Amino acid sequence: MIEKALKGNSNYWMWLAFLSAFIAVGGICYLRQFLYGMHLTGMGRDLSWGLYISQFTFLVGVAAGGLMLVLPYYIHNYKAFGRITILGEFLAIASIVMCLMFIMADIGQPLRGLNMILHPTPNSMLFWDMVVLLGYLGLNVICGWVILTAERKQVKPPKWVYFFVYLSLPFAVSIHTVTAMLYCGLPGRHFWLSAITAPRFLASAFAAGPALIVIACLVMKRIAHFDAGQEAIKKLTTIIMYAALINAFFVGLEFFVGWYSNIPGHKHSLEYLFFGLEHHGHVYNNLVPFMWTSVFFCFGGLALFGYMKIKDAFNDAWVGIGCLMIFIALWLDKGLGFVMGGLVVNPLDEIVEYYPTANEIGITLGIWATGFFLVTVLYKIAIKVEHEVEG
Amino acid sequence: MDMQRRNFLKIAGVTALAGISAPVVVNLTSSALASSDQGQTAVAHPAPSGAHGEDAPQGVRLGLLIDMRKLYGHPELLDKATAACHKVHNVPKIDNKKSEIKWIWKTPFANAFTDQSNNHASKTARENDFLVLCNHCDEPPCVRVCPTKATFKDKKTGIVAMDYHRCIGCRFCMMGCPYGARSFNWMDPQPFIKELNPNFPARMRGVVEKCNFCGERLVLGKEPACVEALKEVGAIVFGDLNDPQSEIRRILDKEHTIQRQAALGTKPSVFYIV
Amino acid sequence: MYNKGTIIPGLIIFVLLITFPLWFNAFSKASTAPKIELPPGGQKECVKPAAEMRAQHMVLLNEWRDDVLRNGNRVAVTAGGKEYRKGLQTACMACHTNKEKFCDSCHTYTSVKPYCWDCHLTPSVAAAKKETN
Repeated sequence: MIEKALKGNSNYWMWLAFLSAFIAVGGICYLRQFLYGMHLTGMGRDLSWGLYISQFTFLVGVAAGGLMLVLPYYIHNYKAFGRITILGEFLAIASIVMCLMFIMADIGQPLRGLNMILHPTPNSMLFWDMVVLLGYLGLNVICGWVILTAERKQVKPPKWVYFFVYLSLPFAVSIHTVTAMLYCGLPGRHFWLSAITAPRFLASAFAAGPALIVIACLVMKRIAHFDAGQEAIKKLTTIIMYAALINAFFVGLEFFVGWYSNIPGHKHSLEYLFFGLEHHGHVYNNLVPFMWTSVFFCFGGLALFGYMKIKDAFNDAWVGIGCLMIFIALWLDKGLGFVMGGLVVNPLDEIVEYYPTANEIGITLGIWATGFFLVTVLYKIAIKVEHEVEG
Repeated sequence: MDMQRRNFLKIAGVTALAGISAPVVVNLTSSALASSDQGQTAVAHPAPSGAHGEDAPQGVRLGLLIDMRKLYGHPELLDKATAACHKVHNVPKIDNKKSEIKWIWKTPFANAFTDQSNNHASKTARENDFLVLCNHCDEPPCVRVCPTKATFKDKKTGIVAMDYHRCIGCRFCMMGCPYGARSFNWMDPQPFIKELNPNFPARMRGVVEKCNFCGERLVLGKEPACVEALKEVGAIVFGDLNDPQSEIRRILDKEHTIQRQAALGTKPSVFYIV
Repeated sequence: MYNKGTIIPGLIIFVLLITFPLWFNAFSKASTAPKIELPPGGQKECVKPAAEMRAQHMVLLNEWRDDVLRNGNRVAVTAGGKEYRKGLQTACMACHTNKEKFCDSCHTYTSVKPYCWDCHLTPSVAAAKKETN
C-alpha cells in the first residue's frame, strides 16, 4: 500500500519538501548536540528537563486522543466515525514515533538506550512508559494496517484483529496515565505531586488529539476531496468541548487547592505561570503571556463551539479556528507550562527560568516536522484507499 | 586517628572484605533461611521487626552528622570540605550555574532547610551557610525512579551509589531527588578538572553524578574526604547509624538534630546540629 | 533484455561497490600485526594467564566493575606476589603504564573503540594535569 504515498500532485510534494527542510535542519542540530553535548540546550542543573520532555508529554496525549474516535466506533458502533477512525490510529502512530524521538533527543547517552531493556526496572515509571508506548505503537500499526488492507480489498477485517482493537483502548488510557505518573509520584515537586495530574492529562489529551484530527479533516476536505462528514465533525467538536472543559475544571481545582490551603509549594508554580513569581525583589514571569493566551484560546474556542451549537450553525472555517485555538491552548498548557512551571522552583527554593536555545528549538521543530511528514504520508495512503474503494 | 575508628571504618566501608563483613552476611542469609523455613513447616513465626513501620536496623547504614556549631563564622572551612571532596573525586569546576557540577557545597539556611525557615530566623541561621550533599536516603526516590538501576542502594552499607557505566542520562533521578544533590554532565567534564586524582576516574558527558560517601576511600580505611578536611574542628562525624555503640549514634542520642525535608519520608542519613 | 545499456553498467557498479573492502585491501599495504611487549616495570605475571587476558579482558573488567560498584566486593587481586585494587586505573595501568602501547596498538589494529577512557584516566593524562597546575 505504501506505493500510494508515492503519487501526488505538486502541492503534496511541495509540502513534503517543506517539512523535509525542517527535518534536515533538525538533523543537523541533533548531530551538533550528539557530538558536542547537551550544554547546547537551555537545560541546566536546576531545570534539567525542558522542551523535549514537555513535547513528549504533550504528544503522548495526542496519541491517546485517538481513543475518542476508536472507542465510539468500535464499542458504541457509532457509524459516523467509520471514515475517520483510521485517522485516529495513524495519528497515534505518528505521535508515538515523535515521542520516542523526543526521548532519544533528551537522554544524555542515547547509545545506551537499550539499557532500559537489558536492565528492566519495574519500580521505574519510565520503564513502564516505554512498555506501554511501544505496546500502543505496535497495536496501532497492526490495527491500522490490517483494517485498511481489509477495506481496500473490500472484505471484512479478520476477527483476530478485534482483539488488538479492544486491547488498544486500555492502552490508550495507560500511555497517558503512566506518563502522568512520571511526574506525580515525585516527592518535593509540589506542582506535579497531584493525584489529578493523570485525569487532567487525559482530559486535555481527549481534546487536543481530536482537535488535530478535525483540523486535518478540514484541510483534506479542501485539498484532497476527502469529506469526513458533517455529523462526524460535529460529534468530534462536542467531544473536544467536554474534554477541554473538564481540563479547565481540573486546572481550576489545582488553583483552589493551592490558594485555599495557602501552602507555598502548591502555589508557586501556578503563581509563576499565571501571575509572575516574586522572589528577592525580582518578578519571574516569562511564561505569563503564554499561559493567558492559553486561557483565552481555550475559552475562546469553547465559546465559538458553544455559539455554533446553540445557533445550530456549522461552518468549516469556524470549526477550524475553534479547533486550532483549543489545540494551541492545550499545547501551551501542557506542552510548555506543565513541565517548565513545575521546575521553576528548584529543591533548594532557588528560581531558575528556562530559555530554550536555537539548537534545541531546531531539534524540536525537526521532530515535529517528522511527525507531520509521517501523518501526511499515512493519511495520504488512507485517503487513497478510501477513494479507490468508493471508485 | 585511633586504631578503633580505623577498624570501624574498615568494617563499614569494606563490607567487602568477606571475612569481616560476615555478621552482615549472616544477618541477611539467616533471615532468608528463616523465611524459607516458614514456607516448609508452615509454622507461624512472629513477624520480623520492620513489618510494622518501625525501622528495622539491619546491617550497616552509613550516615553523616554535621555539627554546624563548629563551622559558624568559618565559611572557609565549608569551602575546604568542598575542595577536598571535589579534588579526590575529579569533580570539574564549571563556572556556570547552568552546567555546574557539585557533590557537596554550601548554601544559606533558607535554601538548605526550605521547610524550616521563617521570618524570624536567628542571626546565626541568617548569616551562615550550611553544607549540603546527597543524603543517602534510606528510601531514596532517585533509586525508585531510575529506569536502569544505574543508581542503587548498596545493601551492605546503605550508600546510594551510581554506576556511571550504565546511566543513560535521562535525568529522572534529578527530578526525583528533593535535595538537588545530583548533577548532570552537560559537557565533557575533563577539560574543567584542574588537577586529576589518578586513583579515581572522571566522568563522561551525558551521565548524572553525585556524592558517593567516599566508598572508594572507606575500603582503604580512610574517612570520607569532607570529614578528613574538617578534622581539625571535628565538625563532621561519620559512622554506622545502625550501631548503637558508634560515635555518631552516641552524639545522635545526646544532641537535638535536624534533617533536610524529613517530612517527605526519604529517611535521610545526613543529620545536622544547628 | 530491455534497457541493457543501463542495467549492465549498473550491475557492474553495484558489484564493484559491494566488493570495495576486498579490492581496497588487495591494493593497499598490508597492515602489520601489533608487536607485544612486556610492561616496562618488570612485572612478569598478570592476574590471569596472558592468553586468557588477551581473549577476555573485557569480561574480567566487567566483573570487576560489578564487584566494586555493585556487589561491594573490593577484595584486592594478587599477581606476582603483589596486591592490586580491582580496577582499570588501580590494577591494569599500574603495570601497563603506557596506554598507547598496551591498549591502542591492538584496538586500532582490530578497529575496536572502547569508551573506557571517556571517564578513566590514563597514567599520562593524570600526570599531565598534575604538572601543569
